[in-house]
Amino acid sequence: MSFLTVSYAALFYVATAWFIYGVGRKIYQYAKTPAPLKIPTTPAPTTATGVVMRMGREVVLFESLFKSNMWIWLFGWMFHFALLLVLMRHLRYFTDPVWSWVVLIQPFGKYAGFAMIAGLAGLWARRLLVARVRYITSPSDHLILALLMAIGLSGLGMKFVSHTDIISLKAFILGLMYADLQPIPTDGLLLVHLALVATLMIIFPISKLLHAPGLFFSPTRNQVDNPRERRHLAPWAAELETSRGR
Amino acid sequence: MANFETPELKEYTVVPLPMPGVMAHSSPFVAKPDHQAQLGFPGELVDNWQEVAIKKLGELTQKYRSLQVYLDSCVKCGACTDKCHYYLGTSDPKNMPVARQDLLRKVYRRYYTFAGKYFPKLVGAEELTKDVLDDWYAYYHQCSQCRRCSVFCPYGIDTAEISMAAREIMDAVGKGQKYCNEIIGKVFKIGNNLGLPEPALRDTLSDLEEEVEDDTGVAVRFPLDEKGAEILLVTPSADFFAEPHVDGLIGYGKVFHQSGVSWTISSHASEAANFGMFIGSYENMRDVSMRIREAALELGVKRIVFGECGHAWRVAYSFLNTLAGPFDFLDPRYPVPQHICEFTYDLIQRGALKLDKSANDDKVVTYHDSCNVARASRMGNMPGGQFFIPRAILKAVCNNFHDMSPDTIHENTYCCGGGGGLLTDDLMELRVKGALPRMEALKRVVDEYGVTHMAAICAICKSQFTKVLPYYNFSMDTIVSVHQLVSEAIILGDHQ
Repeated sequence: MSFLTVSYAALFYVATAWFIYGVGRKIYQYAKTPAPLKIPTTPAPTTATGVVMRMGREVVLFESLFKSNMWIWLFGWMFHFALLLVLMRHLRYFTDPVWSWVVLIQPFGKYAGFAMIAGLAGLWARRLLVARVRYITSPSDHLILALLMAIGLSGLGMKFVSHTDIISLKAFILGLMYADLQPIPTDGLLLVHLALVATLMIIFPISKLLHAPGLFFSPTRNQVDNPRERRHLAPWAAELETSRGR
Repeated sequence: MANFETPELKEYTVVPLPMPGVMAHSSPFVAKPDHQAQLGFPGELVDNWQEVAIKKLGELTQKYRSLQVYLDSCVKCGACTDKCHYYLGTSDPKNMPVARQDLLRKVYRRYYTFAGKYFPKLVGAEELTKDVLDDWYAYYHQCSQCRRCSVFCPYGIDTAEISMAAREIMDAVGKGQKYCNEIIGKVFKIGNNLGLPEPALRDTLSDLEEEVEDDTGVAVRFPLDEKGAEILLVTPSADFFAEPHVDGLIGYGKVFHQSGVSWTISSHASEAANFGMFIGSYENMRDVSMRIREAALELGVKRIVFGECGHAWRVAYSFLNTLAGPFDFLDPRYPVPQHICEFTYDLIQRGALKLDKSANDDKVVTYHDSCNVARASRMGNMPGGQFFIPRAILKAVCNNFHDMSPDTIHENTYCCGGGGGLLTDDLMELRVKGALPRMEALKRVVDEYGVTHMAAICAICKSQFTKVLPYYNFSMDTIVSVHQLVSEAIILGDHQ
């Protein structure tokens, strides 16, 4: 097995393990940290079903962002849903035979790459052009955009400009999954694409990309508005009842 | 003192370009050692303050999920940047919610995240220096914890949670704010924010009884510490004598009188406001809340009703049951606590109040949704009752009512500019500038519908507008209590 194949295999094993560990650790941390007070942004749902609906609208439609700013919503939503389509389309490289719904979305997934780039470009333009957003931007904010943009462009390059050896690539990926290493195609564009994807997985748990799990744990969005009906005592707050003697 | 220019009212609120540092000079007076000591905080900045602050920050992220999630989750999308009234009024970019959060977030990153420890420049992480602490003190006292940003953030990040944590950290290192901490001390020592002792309160209330009887010929009572009363009224102490607050209190008295239900104020808990929330201190907020439980037990009441007060209603509605519950000794047929507006609205619904709307025909009224009532509480049993019920009362007591523009009311409402522990003269410039978006919305309905009065249900809003309205060439008595209008319209007489 070539050095290149072994390196990329190792990179993906490490990146995947780190991604799962890192995000899992954060989710565990969020879940175990108490929310000692009821702080839903009101008007808020008064039932658990209502909260699921509210969260659903936030996750699927970006409801609050829509209320806030049309441009950010447009570019942000376009990017995220294009990315989702693209990711789903990529399942064809991980499944054999390819699931029928993955086959079905293939044409959409193919062109979603362009929408993804357009969304990213819009977000980046705001970062550079709107003085308020420029003020709050750190170098890492540009770098993450650059990384996502480079992933998208290298992917589109393989799809529409210079095809890679997709059969061998799929063999390589399935080989990774079943611990039966197969040679990786030595195509520059592909190697860049894969290295960037691994980078994205590695920075995910240590960057602002944590907004993905974060949203689900946001007390202003996930709490039921019922404080008069139910007490909401955190363990450390309950201890005060004894320690303060009243 | 007033060495600043009042912003010009524009036809529509214009989002200003950022002008870094223009409000860096705005800091409230620092708490004196004895203000600090009575709340259990160090008297002055401790020697190892950096160490203490960083440790406290770490503790708070383990105690509050909101803080932990919000420090991690911001993507700097910019959605909140034009939502804060203090940014709109001052142009200082550190008054943009995200930038205000970043003052704490950059320190969190430096000491508690991988990226901030090893690549601080890349992710904007910074050491906690004296300059950073000064920035915290200035800009975390330019946030009224009104939660407008949390409505618009795609992750629901609430800057109020961050500024509460920052203030708690500053208290822990000995740099507390005089206004809040002095007041909390008064609540513990005397029973209310204004330091009004029991005899003075008793005099004030009996004067009020005389005044109302002279006015109406009806003996409306304002009872204090009456055991066995049905209802304990907990109301902001400003209601006892500040204008227009006291006219609201007269309104509650008349409504209680007509309802035929006995009620009382407690000298032990003669304050609805809970400044413990402003400084982010669960312990102080709990101690302040416990007074209400103790008063209810001692007086043997069956219900607790809160007067018109915004942040107080947040603590009452959202936190009281948690902080000082369970209230299983009260009448289970009523929510604990109830808002005076819920009480009055129920009576109106049942036809139990005789109201003469024409008594308010000299006024054209609009309604200012107080931020913490709007975005951090509810009234009634439907989401949005906090918007509907006060308006329903207003429409029942006056003929001329017009709402301000939709982007400035309900959950989109702008803070008055004086909430969250900022209602102090040492922050006058901030208060005037922060009121700008509300003043612009008011101007539009004044011009369009001839609005003469703006009603509110918050003691802070009322005090703040009384002071700030003249800066924008409105009369200070434009601001009225909702129950002041009820008081005008109510026809006193025999109970049915």
